[in-house]
Amino acid sequence: MAPKAKKIDVTLESVLESVDVAESMIMRISDTAGFSDEECHKIGMAVREGVINAYNYGNRKDRNKKIRMIVELAPDTMVVHIVDQGKGFELEEVADPLAEENLLRTSGRGIFLMRAFMDDFRVQNGPEGGADLVMVKKLPIPGSNNGGGVPGKES
Amino acid sequence: MSLQGTNRETGGVLIVDFSGRITLGDASAMLRRTIRELNASGHKKILLNLADVDYIDSAGIGELVSAYSSVRTAGGELKLLNLTKRVNDLLQITRLFTVFDVQSEEWTAIHSFK
Repeated sequence: MAPKAKKIDVTLESVLESVDVAESMIMRISDTAGFSDEECHKIGMAVREGVINAYNYGNRKDRNKKIRMIVELAPDTMVVHIVDQGKGFELEEVADPLAEENLLRTSGRGIFLMRAFMDDFRVQNGPEGGADLVMVKKLPIPGSNNGGGVPGKES
Repeated sequence: MSLQGTNRETGGVLIVDFSGRITLGDASAMLRRTIRELNASGHKKILLNLADVDYIDSAGIGELVSAYSSVRTAGGELKLLNLTKRVNDLLQITRLFTVFDVQSEEWTAIHSFK
Protein backbone atom coordinates (compact mmCIF):
# COMPACT_ATOMS: atom_id res chain seq x y z
CA MET A 1 0.00 0.00 0.00
CA ALA A 2 1.34 3.44 -0.95
CA PRO A 3 2.16 5.72 2.00
CA LYS A 4 -0.45 8.38 2.74
CA ALA A 5 0.24 12.04 2.06
CA LYS A 6 0.87 14.15 5.15
CA LYS A 7 -0.60 17.61 5.48
CA ILE A 8 0.40 20.46 7.78
CA ASP A 9 -1.88 23.50 7.86
CA VAL A 10 -0.72 26.58 9.79
CA THR A 11 -2.42 29.95 10.15
CA LEU A 12 -0.08 32.91 10.60
CA GLU A 13 -0.75 36.47 11.67
CA SER A 14 -0.04 39.29 9.21
CA VAL A 15 3.01 40.46 11.13
CA LEU A 16 6.67 40.66 10.15
CA GLU A 17 7.60 37.88 12.61
CA SER A 18 5.51 35.40 10.61
CA VAL A 19 8.11 35.55 7.84
CA ASP A 20 10.79 34.08 10.13
CA VAL A 21 8.33 31.64 11.72
CA ALA A 22 7.27 30.22 8.34
CA GLU A 23 10.87 29.96 7.13
CA SER A 24 11.97 28.20 10.29
CA MET A 25 9.04 25.74 10.13
CA ILE A 26 9.50 24.80 6.49
CA MET A 27 13.23 24.29 6.98
CA ARG A 28 12.55 21.85 9.82
CA ILE A 29 9.94 20.03 7.71
CA SER A 30 12.30 19.92 4.71
CA ASP A 31 15.13 18.57 6.85
CA THR A 32 12.88 15.85 8.23
CA ALA A 33 11.77 15.04 4.66
CA GLY A 34 15.41 14.33 3.78
CA PHE A 35 16.45 17.39 1.80
CA SER A 36 20.11 18.44 1.89
CA ASP A 37 21.15 21.56 3.81
CA GLU A 38 21.42 23.51 0.57
CA GLU A 39 17.96 22.45 -0.62
CA CYS A 40 16.51 23.25 2.83
CA HIS A 41 18.04 26.72 2.48
CA LYS A 42 16.45 27.21 -0.96
CA ILE A 43 13.04 25.93 0.16
CA GLY A 44 13.24 28.14 3.26
CA MET A 45 14.05 31.16 1.15
CA ALA A 46 11.24 30.43 -1.33
CA VAL A 47 8.70 30.14 1.49
CA ARG A 48 10.10 33.25 3.15
CA GLU A 49 9.53 35.16 -0.11
CA GLY A 50 6.02 33.73 -0.35
CA VAL A 51 5.10 34.92 3.14
CA ILE A 52 6.71 38.33 2.50
CA ASN A 53 4.51 38.57 -0.61
CA ALA A 54 1.39 37.63 1.38
CA TYR A 55 2.25 40.04 4.22
CA ASN A 56 3.32 43.02 2.11
CA TYR A 57 1.28 42.84 -1.09
CA GLY A 58 -1.58 40.39 -0.41
CA ASN A 59 -2.77 41.35 3.06
CA ARG A 60 -1.04 44.75 2.93
CA LYS A 61 0.08 44.34 6.56
CA ASP A 62 -3.56 44.28 7.72
CA ARG A 63 -3.48 42.53 11.11
CA ASN A 64 -7.11 41.46 10.66
CA LYS A 65 -6.09 39.24 7.77
CA LYS A 66 -4.36 35.87 8.03
CA ILE A 67 -1.75 33.98 6.06
CA ARG A 68 -2.08 30.21 5.66
CA MET A 69 0.84 27.94 5.02
CA ILE A 70 -0.16 24.46 3.91
CA VAL A 71 2.49 21.80 3.38
CA GLU A 72 1.54 18.54 1.66
CA LEU A 73 4.07 15.75 1.72
CA ALA A 74 3.24 13.14 -0.91
CA PRO A 75 5.47 10.13 -1.63
CA ASP A 76 7.48 12.00 -4.27
CA THR A 77 6.81 15.71 -3.81
CA MET A 78 6.46 18.43 -1.23
CA VAL A 79 3.83 21.02 -2.13
CA VAL A 80 3.67 24.31 -0.22
CA HIS A 81 0.75 26.72 -0.44
CA ILE A 82 0.98 30.27 0.87
CA VAL A 83 -2.52 31.73 0.89
CA ASP A 84 -3.38 35.35 1.66
CA GLN A 85 -6.64 37.25 2.01
CA GLY A 86 -5.87 40.01 -0.48
CA LYS A 87 -7.17 40.63 -3.96
CA GLY A 88 -5.02 38.11 -5.81
CA PHE A 89 -2.87 38.83 -8.86
CA GLU A 90 -1.98 37.52 -12.28
CA LEU A 91 1.51 36.11 -12.65
CA GLU A 92 1.72 37.57 -16.16
CA GLU A 93 1.44 41.07 -14.71
CA VAL A 94 4.59 40.72 -12.61
CA ALA A 95 7.50 42.60 -14.18
CA ASP A 96 10.60 40.60 -15.12
CA PRO A 97 13.30 41.59 -12.58
CA LEU A 98 16.02 40.40 -14.96
CA ALA A 99 15.05 42.88 -17.69
CA GLU A 100 17.67 45.59 -18.10
CA GLU A 101 15.20 48.35 -17.26
CA ASN A 102 14.24 46.63 -13.98
CA LEU A 103 17.67 45.77 -12.59
CA LEU A 104 17.81 48.88 -10.40
CA ARG A 105 14.31 48.42 -9.02
CA THR A 106 14.32 48.00 -5.26
CA SER A 107 11.48 45.45 -5.21
CA GLY A 108 9.87 42.80 -7.40
CA ARG A 109 12.32 39.89 -7.02
CA GLY A 110 10.32 37.66 -4.65
CA ILE A 111 8.34 35.76 -7.30
CA PHE A 112 11.50 35.26 -9.33
CA LEU A 113 13.30 33.75 -6.32
CA MET A 114 10.39 31.39 -5.56
CA ARG A 115 10.53 30.18 -9.17
CA ALA A 116 14.30 29.84 -9.08
CA PHE A 117 14.46 27.84 -5.85
CA MET A 118 11.53 25.45 -6.38
CA ASP A 119 10.87 22.89 -9.13
CA ASP A 120 7.46 24.30 -9.99
CA PHE A 121 5.64 27.48 -9.09
CA ARG A 122 2.21 28.82 -9.94
CA VAL A 123 -0.36 31.28 -8.62
CA GLN A 124 -4.02 30.41 -8.27
CA ASN A 125 -7.00 32.00 -6.57
CA GLY A 126 -7.37 31.12 -2.91
CA PRO A 127 -10.75 30.08 -1.46
CA GLU A 128 -11.43 33.65 -0.32
CA GLY A 129 -10.23 35.35 -3.50
CA GLY A 130 -6.68 36.07 -2.37
CA ALA A 131 -3.57 34.62 -3.94
CA ASP A 132 -2.58 31.00 -3.40
CA LEU A 133 1.11 30.63 -4.20
CA VAL A 134 1.81 26.99 -4.99
CA MET A 135 5.41 25.76 -4.80
CA VAL A 136 6.45 22.22 -5.59
CA LYS A 137 9.72 20.47 -4.77
CA LYS A 138 10.54 16.91 -5.70
CA LEU A 139 11.51 14.87 -2.66
CA PRO A 140 15.02 13.44 -2.60
CA ILE A 141 15.31 9.83 -3.69
CA PRO A 142 16.26 7.67 -0.70
CA GLY A 143 19.84 6.48 -0.99
CA SER A 144 20.83 9.22 -3.45
CA ASN A 145 22.93 12.19 -2.42
CA ASN A 146 21.24 14.78 -4.62
CA GLY A 147 19.13 16.09 -1.75
CA GLY A 148 16.15 16.80 -4.00
CA GLY A 149 15.53 18.95 -7.03
CA VAL A 150 15.23 18.09 -10.68
CA PRO A 151 18.38 16.61 -12.20
CA GLY A 152 19.94 19.00 -14.66
CA LYS A 153 17.86 21.94 -13.52
CA GLU A 154 19.57 25.03 -12.13
CA SER A 155 17.79 25.89 -8.92
CA MET B 1 20.96 36.95 13.84
CA SER B 2 20.41 40.66 13.36
CA LEU B 3 22.67 42.74 11.15
CA GLN B 4 25.73 44.38 12.70
CA GLY B 5 27.96 46.91 10.98
CA THR B 6 31.34 48.40 11.88
CA ASN B 7 32.90 51.30 9.99
CA ARG B 8 36.61 51.77 9.36
CA GLU B 9 38.56 53.92 6.89
CA THR B 10 41.57 52.81 4.86
CA GLY B 11 43.23 54.70 2.04
CA GLY B 12 40.35 57.13 1.76
CA VAL B 13 37.82 54.31 1.42
CA LEU B 14 35.09 53.85 4.02
CA ILE B 15 34.72 50.13 4.68
CA VAL B 16 31.68 48.77 6.47
CA ASP B 17 32.15 45.25 7.86
CA PHE B 18 28.70 43.73 8.05
CA SER B 19 27.76 40.52 9.81
CA GLY B 20 24.41 38.74 10.05
CA ARG B 21 21.46 38.60 7.69
CA ILE B 22 20.14 41.38 5.47
CA THR B 23 16.42 40.70 5.48
CA LEU B 24 13.06 42.46 5.59
CA GLY B 25 12.64 44.58 8.72
CA ASP B 26 15.27 45.90 11.12
CA ALA B 27 18.28 44.65 9.12
CA SER B 28 17.20 46.36 5.90
CA ALA B 29 16.42 49.52 7.86
CA MET B 30 19.87 49.37 9.50
CA LEU B 31 21.58 49.15 6.09
CA ARG B 32 19.48 52.06 4.80
CA ARG B 33 20.38 54.17 7.85
CA THR B 34 24.08 53.37 7.49
CA ILE B 35 24.15 54.44 3.84
CA ARG B 36 22.14 57.57 4.57
CA GLU B 37 24.65 58.57 7.28
CA LEU B 38 27.65 57.89 5.04
CA ASN B 39 26.11 59.96 2.24
CA ALA B 40 25.31 62.76 4.67
CA SER B 41 28.88 62.80 6.01
CA GLY B 42 30.26 63.15 2.48
CA HIS B 43 31.86 59.72 1.99
CA LYS B 44 32.26 59.04 -1.73
CA LYS B 45 34.15 55.73 -1.70
CA ILE B 46 32.19 53.06 0.12
CA LEU B 47 33.06 49.38 0.33
CA LEU B 48 30.58 46.98 1.91
CA ASN B 49 32.38 43.93 3.29
CA LEU B 50 29.83 41.10 3.26
CA ALA B 51 32.21 38.31 4.32
CA ASP B 52 30.06 37.53 7.35
CA VAL B 53 26.69 37.97 5.65
CA ASP B 54 25.41 34.53 4.72
CA TYR B 55 21.80 35.38 3.94
CA ILE B 56 20.04 38.11 1.97
CA ASP B 57 16.37 37.99 1.00
CA SER B 58 14.58 39.99 -1.70
CA ALA B 59 14.12 42.95 0.66
CA GLY B 60 17.85 42.90 1.42
CA ILE B 61 18.67 42.77 -2.27
CA GLY B 62 16.38 45.76 -2.80
CA GLU B 63 18.15 47.63 -0.02
CA LEU B 64 21.58 46.95 -1.57
CA VAL B 65 20.30 48.23 -4.92
CA SER B 66 18.90 51.29 -3.19
CA ALA B 67 22.27 51.86 -1.47
CA TYR B 68 24.08 51.57 -4.80
CA SER B 69 21.74 54.09 -6.46
CA SER B 70 21.77 56.60 -3.60
CA VAL B 71 25.59 56.63 -3.35
CA ARG B 72 25.88 57.13 -7.11
CA THR B 73 23.29 59.92 -7.00
CA ALA B 74 25.41 61.60 -4.33
CA GLY B 75 28.41 61.39 -6.69
CA GLY B 76 30.11 58.47 -5.01
CA GLU B 77 30.93 54.83 -5.66
CA LEU B 78 29.74 51.77 -3.76
CA LYS B 79 31.35 48.37 -4.15
CA LEU B 80 30.87 44.96 -2.56
CA LEU B 81 33.64 42.87 -1.01
CA ASN B 82 34.03 39.20 -0.04
CA LEU B 83 30.66 37.69 -0.91
CA THR B 84 29.75 34.34 0.61
CA LYS B 85 28.80 31.63 -1.88
CA ARG B 86 25.09 32.00 -1.23
CA VAL B 87 25.13 35.77 -1.64
CA ASN B 88 27.35 35.40 -4.69
CA ASP B 89 24.88 32.92 -6.23
CA LEU B 90 21.98 35.26 -5.43
CA LEU B 91 23.62 38.18 -7.23
CA GLN B 92 24.38 35.89 -10.17
CA ILE B 93 20.82 34.63 -10.67
CA THR B 94 19.32 38.11 -10.22
CA ARG B 95 21.83 39.53 -12.76
CA LEU B 96 23.01 42.08 -10.19
CA PHE B 97 26.57 41.05 -10.86
CA THR B 98 26.20 43.23 -13.95
CA VAL B 99 25.31 46.18 -11.71
CA PHE B 100 27.62 45.88 -8.71
CA ASP B 101 31.38 46.01 -8.75
CA VAL B 102 32.15 42.91 -6.70
CA GLN B 103 35.66 42.55 -5.27
CA SER B 104 37.24 39.57 -3.56
CA GLU B 105 40.39 41.10 -2.10
CA GLU B 106 40.41 44.14 0.15
CA TRP B 107 43.67 45.73 -1.00
CA THR B 108 42.64 45.45 -4.66
CA ALA B 109 39.18 46.76 -3.83
CA ILE B 110 40.57 49.83 -2.07
CA HIS B 111 42.80 50.65 -5.03
CA SER B 112 40.02 50.09 -7.56
CA PHE B 113 38.25 53.30 -6.52
CA LYS B 114 38.87 56.27 -8.79
